[in-house]
Amino acid sequence: MTRRWRILAPATVGIAFLALWEIFVRVENIPPYILPPPSAVGLSLWTDGPSLLGSLLVTLRVTLAALAAAALIGGGIALLFSLSRIVELSLFPYAVILQVTPIVAIAPLIIIWVRQPFLALLVCAWIVAFFPIVSNTTVGLNSADRNLLALFRLYGASPAQTLRYLRLPTALPYFMAGLRISGGLALIGAVVAEFVAGTGGAETGLAFRILEAGYRLAIPRLFAALFLLSLTGIVIYLLLDFLSGRLLRNWHESAAAEDEE
Amino acid sequence: MVGRGEFVSLLGPSGCGKSTLLRIIAGLTPASAGICQVSLGDGHGKTATAGRIGFVFQDPTLMPWSTVTANVLLPFRIGRRLGPAARERAAEAIRAVGLGGFESAYPHQLSGGMRMRVSIARALATEPDLLLLDEPFAALDEITRLALNDDLLRLWERYRPTVLFVTHSVFESVYLSTRIAVMTPRPGRIAAEIAIDLAQPRDRDLRTTTEYAALCETVSGLLAQAMAGDERR
Repeated sequence: MTRRWRILAPATVGIAFLALWEIFVRVENIPPYILPPPSAVGLSLWTDGPSLLGSLLVTLRVTLAALAAAALIGGGIALLFSLSRIVELSLFPYAVILQVTPIVAIAPLIIIWVRQPFLALLVCAWIVAFFPIVSNTTVGLNSADRNLLALFRLYGASPAQTLRYLRLPTALPYFMAGLRISGGLALIGAVVAEFVAGTGGAETGLAFRILEAGYRLAIPRLFAALFLLSLTGIVIYLLLDFLSGRLLRNWHESAAAEDEE
Repeated sequence: MVGRGEFVSLLGPSGCGKSTLLRIIAGLTPASAGICQVSLGDGHGKTATAGRIGFVFQDPTLMPWSTVTANVLLPFRIGRRLGPAARERAAEAIRAVGLGGFESAYPHQLSGGMRMRVSIARALATEPDLLLLDEPFAALDEITRLALNDDLLRLWERYRPTVLFVTHSVFESVYLSTRIAVMTPRPGRIAAEIAIDLAQPRDRDLRTTTEYAALCETVSGLLAQAMAGDERR
C-alpha cells in the first residue's frame, strides 16, 4: 500500500503538471521558443534522443569519476581528520573555503591549469562534491558511543582495532548520507564545468548541448536535455539510496524503519 | 575490601560516585587520590589483564551493526582469540542468559531486556574474575527487572565471578547481594556496610519472606541515615 503510493503519488503530480502545462501553452498560444509544450519536448527527446544520450554519457563519465574520487579522497581526508585533532583544526577551514568558492568563478582557471579536458572537468566536479562526504564522515568517525569506547579500552583494544571495529562502522551511515548529497552535487559540478569549458573537442557533454540549443533557439531540445539531466540526477540518487539501504539494512534506524512497512 | 566470589552492592543516591568508583576499578578513569588495588586470577601477583574484568553499563552498549553472537564475541575478537573455543564459550553464554535461538538477531530486533541480556552474556563470556555492573536494570520495566534479577543470581552461581553491583534500589540490592555498601554523596564515601546473610541459592519466594522485608527495612534505614548525615553538613 505505502510502497505503491510512493510511486503513484509523485507520478500523479507529474502527469497533472505536464497536462496543465500543455493546456496552458495551447490556450495562450505561446510560441515554442518561449515555452515549448511537453509534447514538443517529448518529440525532441524522441528525435534527438540518441545524440543527446551520447552527450549524457560524456557528462555521466565525469560525474561518476568525480563522485568516486570524492568518496575515496573525501573519506581519506575524514579519516585523517579523525586521527589527528591538530590536522583537522588546521585543514578544515580550507576545506570550507574550497566548498564556498563559486565553482563558476574558478572553473576557467582550472581548465587552463589542467590541460587535459576530462581531468579538468573532473577536478571541478570533485571540488563541488567532496565536502559533504568529508564533513559527514568526520562527524561519523567521532561519534562512536562513549560506553563502547570504554568497553574497547577495557578489553585492551589497539587504536587500529577501535577504528576498524567501532569507528568505521559507526561512520558508515554518515558517509552514506554524505555520498547521497555528493551524487547530486557531482552532477551539478560536472555540468557547470562543461558550461564554462564549452566544447571540449570531439566529445561534448550534455551541458554544452543545452548551451548550443539555447543559441539556436531550439528550445524543445534544450528542455529535452534538461529533462535527461534531471532524470540522471534522480537515478543517481535512487541508486545511492538503494546502496545505502542495502549496506545499513540490518542495523541502522533509517534503513530498519523501511523494513517494517 | 571485596573478597573473591562475593556479590557486593554499592547502594546510594545519584551522584555519590558509585559509577565513578566502578570506572576507577575497571581502569577507565584515573583515581584523583588514593590507591585502587585489584588482584585477580590466582591472586599471586597476576595482574589485571584484558578479559579478567567484565563490565555492564546502564545501556546495553551493543554494536547495532553486529549480530548477538558477534557482539558477545567482541572481547575475544579484540583479544585476538577468536577460535572455536571462544565461539563455544560465546554460544554457551548466550544460552545461559536465555537467548538461545537469537544468535543471529540484530540488536534492533530485540527488546530492551533482551539487549541487556546480550550485554551480560558479553561480560560473562570471557569468564571474568570480576564483574562490574553499573545500574544495569535501571532503564528496564519492573517485570523485566525482576526476571533479570533472578537470571543474574543464577548466572552468578554458575560463573562465580566476584560482583560489584551499582544500584539505587534497596530491594534489588538486598535480593542479590551478600554484602551492601551504602554510599553518600559530596564527598562520595561509604557510610555503612551490612552483610546480607540470607540463604543461598535465592529465588523469588524470598521476596515475600519476613527476613527479606526486615533486611530491606534495615538497609532503607541505613540509607536514610546516610542521607540525613549528608544534609546536616
